[in-house]
Amino acid sequence: MSTELSVAAADATGVDETAVDHGQSVKSVYVYEAPVRIWHWINMLAILVLCVTGYFIGSPLPTQPGEASANFLMGYIRFAHFAAGYIFAIGMIARIYWAVVGNHHARELFSVPIFTAAYWREVWSMVKWYSFLSARPNRYVGHNPLARFAMFFVFVLTSLFMIVTGFALYGEGLGMGSWADKLFGWVIPLFGQSQDVHTFHHLGMWFLVCFIIFHVYAAVREDIMGRQSIVSTMVSGYRTFKD
Amino acid sequence: METFYEVMRRQGITRRSFMKFCSLTATSLGLGPAFVPQIASAMENKPRTPVLWLHGLECTCCSESFIRSAHPLAKDVVLSMISLDYDDTLMAAAGHQAEAILEEIMTKYKGNYILAVEGNPPLNQDGMSCIIGGRPFIDQLRHVAKDAKAIISWGSCASWGCVQAAKPNPTRATPVHKVITDKPIIKVPGCPPIAEVMTGVITYMLTFDRIPELDRQGRPKMFYSQRIHDKCYRRPHFDAGQFVESWDDEGARKGYCLYKVGCKGPTSYNACSTVQWNEGTSFPIKAGHGCIGCSEDGFWDKGSFYDRLTDIHQFGIEANADRVGATAAGAVGAAVVAHAAASALKRAADSRKASETTDA
Repeated sequence: MSTELSVAAADATGVDETAVDHGQSVKSVYVYEAPVRIWHWINMLAILVLCVTGYFIGSPLPTQPGEASANFLMGYIRFAHFAAGYIFAIGMIARIYWAVVGNHHARELFSVPIFTAAYWREVWSMVKWYSFLSARPNRYVGHNPLARFAMFFVFVLTSLFMIVTGFALYGEGLGMGSWADKLFGWVIPLFGQSQDVHTFHHLGMWFLVCFIIFHVYAAVREDIMGRQSIVSTMVSGYRTFKD
Repeated sequence: METFYEVMRRQGITRRSFMKFCSLTATSLGLGPAFVPQIASAMENKPRTPVLWLHGLECTCCSESFIRSAHPLAKDVVLSMISLDYDDTLMAAAGHQAEAILEEIMTKYKGNYILAVEGNPPLNQDGMSCIIGGRPFIDQLRHVAKDAKAIISWGSCASWGCVQAAKPNPTRATPVHKVITDKPIIKVPGCPPIAEVMTGVITYMLTFDRIPELDRQGRPKMFYSQRIHDKCYRRPHFDAGQFVESWDDEGARKGYCLYKVGCKGPTSYNACSTVQWNEGTSFPIKAGHGCIGCSEDGFWDKGSFYDRLTDIHQFGIEANADRVGATAAGAVGAAVVAHAAASALKRAADSRKASETTDA
């Protein structure tokens, strides 16, 4: 009688202690500290703005009607790009700082143990997991070894490349002798001329777009098919293990 | 040796015109009125510095530009002012007489003459692709550069290589700074450089007895520190997002920004949008055509003059960064979708197998 009542009530209230009692207990580990999580989502927004506005700086929108004095579309797009660029760069500096003072998972982005045999064995086991050759992956508390490889060699290095080339191009607008020109102006003759830096800055953007496609897919797939939580970990900070 | 002022007076230039020239020069060099007497006094007292002007692989467009200088007028002022002792295109002497002047100046003013180079030396086939006075140009260049005070690289040929160094560069035409490495070199790029920029650089060097402040790539900051785009009179249309979409469209008639039809103004360092050409009459963008970036390194090899993005030939004809990138992103997206489908099928098969096991 009381069980029936509580089931009926659970439908309405969502409170169902019986189901909780019969549920499996899940282990969780605190992995990503608050600064890492906040950085991740701010960084995501910055990259989104940078990609969209960057594309429209290279291939501008159709011509605006009216007088030039009544429009400032390219100006706003470029402002958004530069503002997001500053956030992206400052975020990267803050993230590097946190890698120094944060927990050991915060350092995974900036180093890859390529000289450790055990690391490569785990990379291989992840490759087998993604090739449908192993039935169950291992449980990884931080980044899985393959993800760590991609994070450093694809995401971190490309981001640094984009920051350096981006501020070199930004320095051209600020003018010779500006801080951006003094710090990053040497990049332009290194590539040949400004036009070449533009070309590589575009390629870097598409490289990051490819990374994002992989990154989002792998995170969602791992959440469904793997043995640990991924997406919610970047919200709550806790890595939970299903079995 | 005569001073500039003496030469000018001898040529019938009044003191009033001379002072006007000094103020114009100060203005064109970006100096305040306080510098006018300094320029005047230098011109009244300093002996004229000899300039030797050599021609390598080039088209003479630099000389053509130079003799059209309006401020100061090349004819009246600069040619007398700088004591242009050797320039095989402009000088009256020819043959052995001309070459003798070269040797005379080199001995008489050892370490005190300025070497101006128009064009560049080809290095393949022992430099046989450019012969001056029966010897490869590279020999003449090395010989004259040896005792020069400083070198001016006129134009994109001497500064970067220009058209003769464009891929595949059959004669291995090489810019001056890659051949002469022990002298201060002032690059004055452009195809050709603006006349007033050329005379401005020379005037500065003779008046102040030092080379102008140079940027990272060796160009005088006073003329090459900003891009065409930074001072373009069509810039408001760029910021507003108003572009010429195709030739002869409404935007072209209204004088909108030429960015979308390949203007290289945003990547080209030169003074065209401020100094302009032919006594400040016009410059390419004002005439309705985008900048082709002629003062930039390797501008012949950066694809079409009408494309905003450079073609990347390693990825096939007609591929630029955006097309390469979008194709890669598309391929990655397709791979991800295929992998997701395979994962879903595998998961479904696994759960069917699991339920069969439980049923049994």
